[in-house]
Amino acid sequence: MTTPINTDGAKTERSSRVTTTTTSNLAVTIIGTGQEGSVRDQFSGYISRVRGGDMGSLPAIGGFLVLSILFANLNPYFLTTLNMANLFQQAGTLMMLSMALVFVILIAEIDLSAGVTSGVAAGVFVLLVNTYKFEWVTAIVISFVVGVAIGSLIGFFVAKIGVPSFVVTLGLFLGLQGLQLVLLGEGGLYRVETPQVLSIMNDSMEPWAGWVMLVIVVAVAFGMGMWDRTRRTKAGVTNRPMALLLIRVGAIAVGLGIVVFLLNLNRSVSVKAIMGVPYVIPISLIILFVGTFILDRTRFGRHLYAVGGNPEAARRAGIKVTQVRVLAFMACSFLAVVSGIFDASRIGSVDAGSGKTLVLSGVAAAVVGGVSLFGGRGRLSNAVIGAFVIAVIDNGLGLLGLPSGVNYLVTGGVLVLAATVDAISRKRAGSGQLRT
Amino acid sequence: MTIPADQIPVIELTGVTKSFGPVDVLKGVSLAAYAGKVTALVGDNGAGKSTLIKGLAGVQAYDGGVVKFNGEVVTLHSPRDASSLGIEVVYQDLALCENLDIVQNMFLGREETGLGTLEEGVMEREAAETLQSLSVRTVKSVRQKVSSLSGGQRQTVAIARSVLKKAKVVILDEPTAALGVAQTEQVLHLVRRLADSGVAVIIISHNLVDVFQVADYISVLYLGQMVANLEIGETNNSDIIGYITGSKAFEGATA
Repeated sequence: MTTPINTDGAKTERSSRVTTTTTSNLAVTIIGTGQEGSVRDQFSGYISRVRGGDMGSLPAIGGFLVLSILFANLNPYFLTTLNMANLFQQAGTLMMLSMALVFVILIAEIDLSAGVTSGVAAGVFVLLVNTYKFEWVTAIVISFVVGVAIGSLIGFFVAKIGVPSFVVTLGLFLGLQGLQLVLLGEGGLYRVETPQVLSIMNDSMEPWAGWVMLVIVVAVAFGMGMWDRTRRTKAGVTNRPMALLLIRVGAIAVGLGIVVFLLNLNRSVSVKAIMGVPYVIPISLIILFVGTFILDRTRFGRHLYAVGGNPEAARRAGIKVTQVRVLAFMACSFLAVVSGIFDASRIGSVDAGSGKTLVLSGVAAAVVGGVSLFGGRGRLSNAVIGAFVIAVIDNGLGLLGLPSGVNYLVTGGVLVLAATVDAISRKRAGSGQLRT
Repeated sequence: MTIPADQIPVIELTGVTKSFGPVDVLKGVSLAAYAGKVTALVGDNGAGKSTLIKGLAGVQAYDGGVVKFNGEVVTLHSPRDASSLGIEVVYQDLALCENLDIVQNMFLGREETGLGTLEEGVMEREAAETLQSLSVRTVKSVRQKVSSLSGGQRQTVAIARSVLKKAKVVILDEPTAALGVAQTEQVLHLVRRLADSGVAVIIISHNLVDVFQVADYISVLYLGQMVANLEIGETNNSDIIGYITGSKAFEGATA
């Protein structure tokens, strides 16, 4: 048997051998992190990423602006502050449902029952308050429990048993409509009698509270930025130029500041003054912040993206894929309950058909905003922007007094357009493989 | 097979067996891998290479035989056993998430956290350090998405991922199978540097040109038996092909 003894002589004779110079002779190769360079470098880096197909929600923002300019020209009422507040309230329910769906779309699944889940939860809520005289807080907690239970049921069937989520949630979409009928009765309609719930969509904060909200948002944005910088400095890696953070925070301050200012003006068309930021805005901002924090900064969030991108790679990396999937469905149903409460607040009543038609608009909003149905790509903020695009179509066409058929046609067209942009940008990103 | 007195293999298999029902896939295989050396494992399809590797990875435990790690007998019953010893496998299909960047892929499943949140800076630095220690120059930024990388670059990321946590043994399954000429060259250099940094490398390959370029030892499996453990300087291409196809039997093949 041959003995593996190192004979250097034999090795050096072969010229075809792969050899390496000792590392001390090598000039130290610097591998970047994408954080180096001036503001200008960062900006051109961003542009080249966009050109490479990583467009995020840029098309949706563009679409929102184009539609807004169009409607503003067609109808002078569109740009009034009353309509602006209206738009926020119109978008609220859809936005929340769309954010819910992001959690399952990210792992390349779908929850067709999210809409009826929100309806069931709202039904449970009004039933408990109106018929069984529960405290409204207890009733809300119970409806959240019901929602999360539905989510874990879906998760069980999809992740543990392996039934396609499309089928499971289609079944629940039908089944939960039955549950709604059983709970609320055929043609049953329950008024929402809880003022706290009604005020989410119908009342506004005092003007000073709006400014406080602005200060808090700006402080949090700046604080998170500084926290990141401190941690990066401690780890010994480069930071982006400070100017970028200031520009970012400044943009948030100005943008939100204008919104707060406009909403703090009296927007009433009658004698009684209406002013202030609607409660739905701070509530949505808090949920957006917490959700984004979870997705961007926790291991769970990272694993969610990994499972969406390549489940097999995630499994081999030791990620508990089943658990991640179940949690994603639970998160989706949890936020669906929030959307159900928003909807109940806006309409003022709950019936057996609540939430039924909403889910496809929610998916549409997420896709329009730039969340990829193929999984692994998208953020909660994309869903928010997408929801505004859908809502502005609804709002603007409504003001023009066009028949509702036009509304559906335009929304459908926008959705197909958005999905096309997604597919093309994926192709572009894929073609990057050819570059070495 | 005799072992040089001055060197204890990092991983040593003796008389390893594995059967699936009536089929004996491994019939008492012996294999050794040394720190700082590249050991090539060759053999035709069905020779038992994958089964041998799966046992080392802890995915599929051996039925019999002795596994020694740094001279001590160990058991490999789960991937956790293997990775706690520092045995890492880079599979042929790489298993990277294309939607994530290099840092995120390298730390997938073992993210550094502080206060319950991801320590991006620490991970970024460690990833860059690992790539630099392997003298990787083809990667511009550790924040590049894997979807934008070439096949060779992806292989680089997968290998870097395996050595991130100070691996002692790295097993590479067909690392050059899907690559072009220039990229194969890059990956082979990387394999060499990996070994030079003190890791025991086991490389599975069908490409004997690659094997002769990079390996220090060649072990040939034929129908579940180790028919040859050779030093690279003492053999040649046609000998190895003979062993692989079974037309040549190594005299004194004990395994």
